[in-house]
Amino acid sequence: MKTTLSHLKIGQSGIISDVNIEEIPLKLIEMGCLPGNYVELIQIAPFGDPLYFNINDSHVAIRLETAKEIEVTL
Amino acid sequence: MANSTIKVALIGNPNTGKTSVFNQLTGLHQQVGNYPGITVEKKIGSCKLSESLKASILDLPGTYSLNASSIDENVVIELLMNKNDENFPDVVVVVTEVENLKRNLLLFTQIKDLEIPTILVINMCDRMALKGIELDVPQLEKELKTKIALVSSRKNIGIQKIKNLIADYQSLSKEPCLNASIIDEEYFNKLRRAFPNQLLYKLWLVITQDVNFLNLDRKEIQNSFTKSHADLKRLQQKETIKRYQFINDTLKMGQKIDGTKTNTVRAKLDRVLTHKVFGYLLFFIILFGIFQSIFDWSSIPMDFIDSTFANLASYAKTNLPAGEFTNLISEGIIPGIGGILIFIPQIAFLFLFISVLEESGYMSRVVFLMDKIMRRYGLSGKSVVPLISGTACAIPAIMSARNIENWKERLITILVTPFITCSARLPVYAILISLIIPEKRVLGFISLQGLTLMLLYLLGFGAALFSAFILNKLLKLKTKSYFVVEMPNYKIPLFKNVGINVLEKTKAFVFGAGKIILALSVILWFLGSHGPDNDFGKASQIVQNQLDAKNQKYSPKFLEDQISSYKLENSYIGIIGKSIEPVIKPLGYDWKIGIAVVSSFAAREVFVGTLATIYSVGSHSDEEATIKNRMEAEVHADGSKIFNLATGVSLLLFYAFAMQCVSTLAIVKKETNSWKWPLIQLFFMSGIAYLTALAAYQFLK
Repeated sequence: MKTTLSHLKIGQSGIISDVNIEEIPLKLIEMGCLPGNYVELIQIAPFGDPLYFNINDSHVAIRLETAKEIEVTL
Repeated sequence: MANSTIKVALIGNPNTGKTSVFNQLTGLHQQVGNYPGITVEKKIGSCKLSESLKASILDLPGTYSLNASSIDENVVIELLMNKNDENFPDVVVVVTEVENLKRNLLLFTQIKDLEIPTILVINMCDRMALKGIELDVPQLEKELKTKIALVSSRKNIGIQKIKNLIADYQSLSKEPCLNASIIDEEYFNKLRRAFPNQLLYKLWLVITQDVNFLNLDRKEIQNSFTKSHADLKRLQQKETIKRYQFINDTLKMGQKIDGTKTNTVRAKLDRVLTHKVFGYLLFFIILFGIFQSIFDWSSIPMDFIDSTFANLASYAKTNLPAGEFTNLISEGIIPGIGGILIFIPQIAFLFLFISVLEESGYMSRVVFLMDKIMRRYGLSGKSVVPLISGTACAIPAIMSARNIENWKERLITILVTPFITCSARLPVYAILISLIIPEKRVLGFISLQGLTLMLLYLLGFGAALFSAFILNKLLKLKTKSYFVVEMPNYKIPLFKNVGINVLEKTKAFVFGAGKIILALSVILWFLGSHGPDNDFGKASQIVQNQLDAKNQKYSPKFLEDQISSYKLENSYIGIIGKSIEPVIKPLGYDWKIGIAVVSSFAAREVFVGTLATIYSVGSHSDEEATIKNRMEAEVHADGSKIFNLATGVSLLLFYAFAMQCVSTLAIVKKETNSWKWPLIQLFFMSGIAYLTALAAYQFLK
């Protein structure tokens, strides 16, 4: 099943299937946010944003608006 | 090769312990400066490799890749691209961390492509067993075409190995790890034909980066090889994928990870520290603790410094031959130096707490917790770091706003940070609070004075948020919002790192601000002890005549005090103070306070020093030795105290809001690249300061 990172629940994981290159900072791509890599939602900040992921073993927090641009296969 | 020096550049991702490695290699042999024209900190240290061989080690700013996205990162790439730079390294040491090897190696492969001899340091190797990681070092060395040092900067393991590898750098391979040009062969072949003498990867960086390169004609390359921004980014993504493919293949052969040993400590701590209730609660408890302890702990050394310098001044006055030179020393220079040193305890404690929070990895969790809230005010979660650092000093705080990717959020952060109570305000607050707030405790343990200080901090923070809110509505800037925050592993802060950081920051502050304070003290002393000849020169005669005319009896001491106060009133500084009195009188200030306010425009902390100078010029009795006692003894003509509640509150509010710091204005100009923003800041802040001080005094008097 395909969805975006913004729809994951805490503890849920998947494989990145597509990223919207225009809306994603290069830094995130360099941290391993690339199609085929593992991703898991670790924590959601109070008030629902930002989101704290383990992406390809990098632990990063990104905002909801960025998470919406990354597609994931569960 | 007697006494030759190898130039080494230390490069690595943030949070890899690069600074620890630097500290271990160089100890206290470090020099901190700035790169010319920009305010990026430049740290160089020296390290002895053998009797005749030294290494000069440059600690470059942390970066995730050679695709720079900030001024700090630009420094790294500009240096590596310019062979003529005096700091261009003979050998690069890339610091990586064993748990994040995959990501850290991305930067390593990029640097290898520049064909510079490169050593790979894998740090935190003491955690390998704990995390179930095994490395096949010879295999990795072969695949990555480098030499590897397994290091634990924390346990001081492997540092000697780095030194040996540096000494032997000439035997390192310069061969790149992979061929980046396969991402678009046709394009890269054209590039190769057009610039046969240049390194292909270098050309590619010139095309994609927004940095200056002295030896390559950037326009020429760009014109003939332009691609759209999106196309370039797509190629950069392709390049990144290629690099990760190579890294994954390499690690498959050289690294084994036992997946059962996952990081439970981190997960548990994260659950508590980023919890929607406990997270905030803990954050505020930590902040409260910091402010209480700063006020409590530093009061002892501060009192000590205060009284020591008062004693020193009176000792100098009584034991040196009387004259102009002795006056300069005892009334200008000694109080001036005392006025600088008195900051050290508070600044050191603040930097201690801030660097412990950053070193431990906790600061990133605060960023995560606060982002949504801060965004309502047009700020970013990352603004928390400048805002908290602002409690030490606005200058490094404004510089730390650099890692906010969004320009509007960064600009607002820069503009509101000076509202935060910095350590330069502390001496002003401390002395005013101790004059107007009784030394009592409520509920047995909360000191009333500490509570007042806490309120002033909250006031500064509130003013910052409020103005951010207004600015967010007023500023019409459209920028894409990027927010990527790494959440590093939790670590117990290393004493050595924290210590060096505290030492460096305190030193920089004391010497930077100290020069201004000392110079102003001397100038103030001169202006206060000299004046136009008509009144000032004939002071003793005039006073004596006045007293004689009244036919009063007086002691010689009374005469002396009358003369010196007449002198002060008619000195240059008295004239300045009196001429601005109409403007400041509604705020409850007399001309002496006026002088202090005006002179502290350069830097707030000068306020206390100025009053000290003014009152020591005016008073001769020895029992009134410390500044506080002198201020307490100051009275209006009708005998009422000058530093009463109304004036005290009015002054506190004035200093809470006013932009009384030339260095901050200078740094804002530098960081925003225009005079527009610092000037707006100046008028806006000083306006608020004047109005609130006015309102407070008129209401309370």
